Amino acid sequence: MSTDTLPQSSLPITGLLRPRLGFLAATPIIAVATVCLLLIIAMSIFAPWLAPHDPVLMVPSQRLKPPSAEFLLGTDGFGRDLLSRVVYGGRVSLLIGLGAAALATGVGLVIGLISGFFKWVDAVLMRLMDGVMAIPSILLAIAVVSLSGASVMTVLVAITIPEIPRVARLVRSVVLSARGEPYVEAAISIGSSLPKIMWRHLMPNTVAPLIVQATYVCAYAILTEAVLSFLGTGISPETPTWGNIIAGGRAYFQIKPSLIFWPGLLLSLSILSINLIGDAARDALDPRMKRREGAK
Amino acid sequence: MIGYLLRRVLTAIPVMGAVALFVFLLLRLTPGDPAAVLAGDNASPEHLAHIRASLGLDEPLYVQFFTWINHLLHADLGVSLISNVPVLSMIGDRVEPSIAIALFTIIVAIVVAVPLGVIAAWQHGTWIDRCVMGLSVLGFSVPGFVLGYVLIQLFAIDLRWLPVQGFKSLSGGFGPFLERMILPTMTLSFVYVALIARMTRAAMLDVLGDDYIRTARAKGISETAVLLRHGLRNAAVPVITVIGSGFALLISGVVVVESVFNLPGIGRLTVDAVLARDYPVIQAMILLTSLIYVSVNLLVDVAYTLLDPRIRY
Repeated sequence: MSTDTLPQSSLPITGLLRPRLGFLAATPIIAVATVCLLLIIAMSIFAPWLAPHDPVLMVPSQRLKPPSAEFLLGTDGFGRDLLSRVVYGGRVSLLIGLGAAALATGVGLVIGLISGFFKWVDAVLMRLMDGVMAIPSILLAIAVVSLSGASVMTVLVAITIPEIPRVARLVRSVVLSARGEPYVEAAISIGSSLPKIMWRHLMPNTVAPLIVQATYVCAYAILTEAVLSFLGTGISPETPTWGNIIAGGRAYFQIKPSLIFWPGLLLSLSILSINLIGDAARDALDPRMKRREGAK
Repeated sequence: MIGYLLRRVLTAIPVMGAVALFVFLLLRLTPGDPAAVLAGDNASPEHLAHIRASLGLDEPLYVQFFTWINHLLHADLGVSLISNVPVLSMIGDRVEPSIAIALFTIIVAIVVAVPLGVIAAWQHGTWIDRCVMGLSVLGFSVPGFVLGYVLIQLFAIDLRWLPVQGFKSLSGGFGPFLERMILPTMTLSFVYVALIARMTRAAMLDVLGDDYIRTARAKGISETAVLLRHGLRNAAVPVITVIGSGFALLISGVVVVESVFNLPGIGRLTVDAVLARDYPVIQAMILLTSLIYVSVNLLVDVAYTLLDPRIRY
């Protein structure tokens, strides 16, 4: 007998998802959030064509100008065009959001699978995860960045590290509950290889909760990057990010609040859209979590 | 109960051990000479030697680790690399604003969020419920520093009701102190309210479907009593849990809010230490905040047994 004929877990991973993307248009609010996020993604991709000026070009004679035909949103304290900076700022935010989601999910998945399957490493791994989880994520991230210097890569790693334990614990809990299922026991008893058991029988169970978790990691990573930049411990202002545009606007916020308002608005909108999509994904993909959240 | 408490304290020790190991290795595993990393590019040889001696970087790694742990266990958090002041006294000088905002935030958040969650669950599916849930998603999405500046613009600059920024110690009178705490507390409690309200609603929805609620209603007990005595008391465990696990969010939030409102607290101290690469202060702050987080969650676990007689260890 081949393990392929075992029920339930034999579905290919893509098959689990294909028919269910409809949730993105489930309610008007989710549809608006999806469109909003797509627009922000498009804005970031096409930033070089959309931005009217060079986002890092400083024109000292044009400092803190109000909105005009030339500078639609005005200029910042160094005479840089605010609109161009805001348009470019989304690139880093989205890159870090997606990067952190992918990285945290990948690493967390591996740790979770190992931890859930091998009891002898479980205790050690989980104590380590508890330790990382006990450190407030922003403190952990700024400590990592302060030591290794702030580049897009180090900020990405610094933001990802505190997210890994949450993913690992989620995967572990799914694996632990799936391990006792008859189809996994059957696969073990007929001598399926370990990678095959993990890939075919355990992994598919984790896909839906992981996608949901990945959206939250993405939203949180975008937020954390902005916080790091805002505190002055993130990516340097030569690369505009929404966080460091706001940080740059702090000194002038009493005379020119728009330096904080516009990047803040786009930042909030992005996170809000991703969170809403995450909630919708949870309701659509993971009925178990939906019940836990109390929807009847 | 005492046996349980002891066991629970014992399980917190390996967690703190993992935190200490992590903090220790973070500096030592950074590529390059740790002293050079801390001193920056234009450091004088004397400064490098000072950092090496101060952190004991010339010793073998395990000797460094155990010396450091030994100092920690004697409440010696080291000395700042910049000002040569003991880190513990630096933290002591700056702790008042941070504790004040954290306390105010927890109180405000619980007082606002729990009723919101209860009402949302009670009015499940109505516009009230949707408003509360919408507010909660918004709370997770609007960054604290953006909200902080919006509130400053509104209440301090446009309406002129409150001071823009700054801090007055409680010893200088309650009025000026409270006045400067209102906006930071509002800013920080937003996300915490979102978290607690969401969990209260979910926990209440779970409970309100149970048979004993129907029985209580059938007995003709007032709706308030049903919701509070029969509902909320049984929904308390997940709500208390999220208050505990949300504490990490609160600590991170304090760091941000202190920067927005120019409060001279330990969050500001941490950021300044990071910008100056004052590693003894950074590692002390990570250890301290983790210790607070672990202790709060230990208290939460103990609270379970008091709140829910079914939980016995």
